[in-house]
Amino acid sequence: MVFALASIVLMTIDHRQHHLESFKSGLSVVVYPIQFLINLPSTTRSWVEESFATRRALQEDNARLHAQHLLLQARLQKFDALEAENVRLRDLLDSSFKVGDRVLIAELISVDLDPYRHQVVLNKGSRQDVFVGQPLVDASGVMGQIVQVTPFTSTAMLITDLAHATPVQVNRNGLRSIAVGTGSLQELSLPHIPNSADIQVGDLLVTSGLGGRFPPGYPVAQVMAITIDPGHAFAQVTARPLSHLDRSREVLLVWAPPPEAAPSFDPQSETDADAASNTETGTATETAPAAEPEQPPAEGATP
Amino acid sequence: MSTLIRHHGGSIILITFFIALILTVVPLPDSLRVARPDWVLIVLIYWAMALPHRVGVGIGWLIGLFTDVLTGMLLGQHALAYCLVAYLTLKLHQRLRLYPLWQQALSVLILLALGQLLVLWINGIVGRPIHSWTYWLPSLVGALLWPPIFVILRGLRRAFRVI
Repeated sequence: MVFALASIVLMTIDHRQHHLESFKSGLSVVVYPIQFLINLPSTTRSWVEESFATRRALQEDNARLHAQHLLLQARLQKFDALEAENVRLRDLLDSSFKVGDRVLIAELISVDLDPYRHQVVLNKGSRQDVFVGQPLVDASGVMGQIVQVTPFTSTAMLITDLAHATPVQVNRNGLRSIAVGTGSLQELSLPHIPNSADIQVGDLLVTSGLGGRFPPGYPVAQVMAITIDPGHAFAQVTARPLSHLDRSREVLLVWAPPPEAAPSFDPQSETDADAASNTETGTATETAPAAEPEQPPAEGATP
Repeated sequence: MSTLIRHHGGSIILITFFIALILTVVPLPDSLRVARPDWVLIVLIYWAMALPHRVGVGIGWLIGLFTDVLTGMLLGQHALAYCLVAYLTLKLHQRLRLYPLWQQALSVLILLALGQLLVLWINGIVGRPIHSWTYWLPSLVGALLWPPIFVILRGLRRAFRVI
């Protein structure tokens, strides 16, 4: 019964505070060989695939990548000009805004966790300066955030996990909301959008940067369906995540600009107090994201 | 744990637990993921039943901690479930040994379901309720797999004379 008590105490401490991180990391180092062993077949397969690729396949690959590179380069030229203009305009508005963030490429370890949670294990850990709360993106959008770090690996919670909430805004008009995971990989829900809000099917949702976890401006999801039921106070809005949550193997870990830069994203808005109360950071332990106050649609300032 | 009996073959017990831990997180197709039995708990029940003087509540607790870390769950969640199931198995081990295999499987079903129930409760308390009947599939699959697992582990135990 000592053990039962000990586990209850452990659970309480782990849930309420975070004093156990070092203890947990210690244990994780012991289980790391298991994860490594399980990942071995897939690493071997990709290694074999790479080393036995035919000359032709490589040439084709090379040609395709060249074409893509050219295309991206052309697009980047325009982007450079836009970025310079953006920074200049922001200078005029006296708001600091960093466009480029530091990133690190990590790979998923093929380890299956609890099927009722959306969590993945990455092959980068505190040795590479990964920290808890760090945002995770892939080529097409935000994937999630780190919830646990060990020396060699880290665990990330995806944005579709039931316990995850992402502060977002509609890219078209700046309408702020919170995208809550539904437990399905294909769906996010936006609770507390007023029936009269200006939101349309197909709208792009990007991170708003409120809450200070996610850097602003990364695409999150696309609005899929809006159901307006006059009997309910709020519209039911669902969105589809843009990142390939179940397919990406390579992901990017982002080091966001220092937190004091993040909240000043929206300088002419007078809703600083609202922004403070709206700091839904979507941590694993937040269980009541639904209780967040909602912004009236009119005051969403266009960025 | 009696110190009078000379222990033998502890590495076999460790290896079986290691394999069970691997099976717990090895990738499966999505359709099979929800039915993955709790391998570690099944192995724990076997050893607690066969060698109650060696594998008991303490080992169960420790293995549970490793399972928690491996699966990224709340630390202590599986530890609590496992040490309780190990305790019950210790209490029942003399009866369990006499049962025919299918009856053993039924008892194992109850033990596995109890372990899952504890995990479900804890998940509910920390705000992650699971509302799906498929949640109980692992116990069922585990009980169905009990006879072959039992035969394999018994064969191992006899071959390596684990006492």
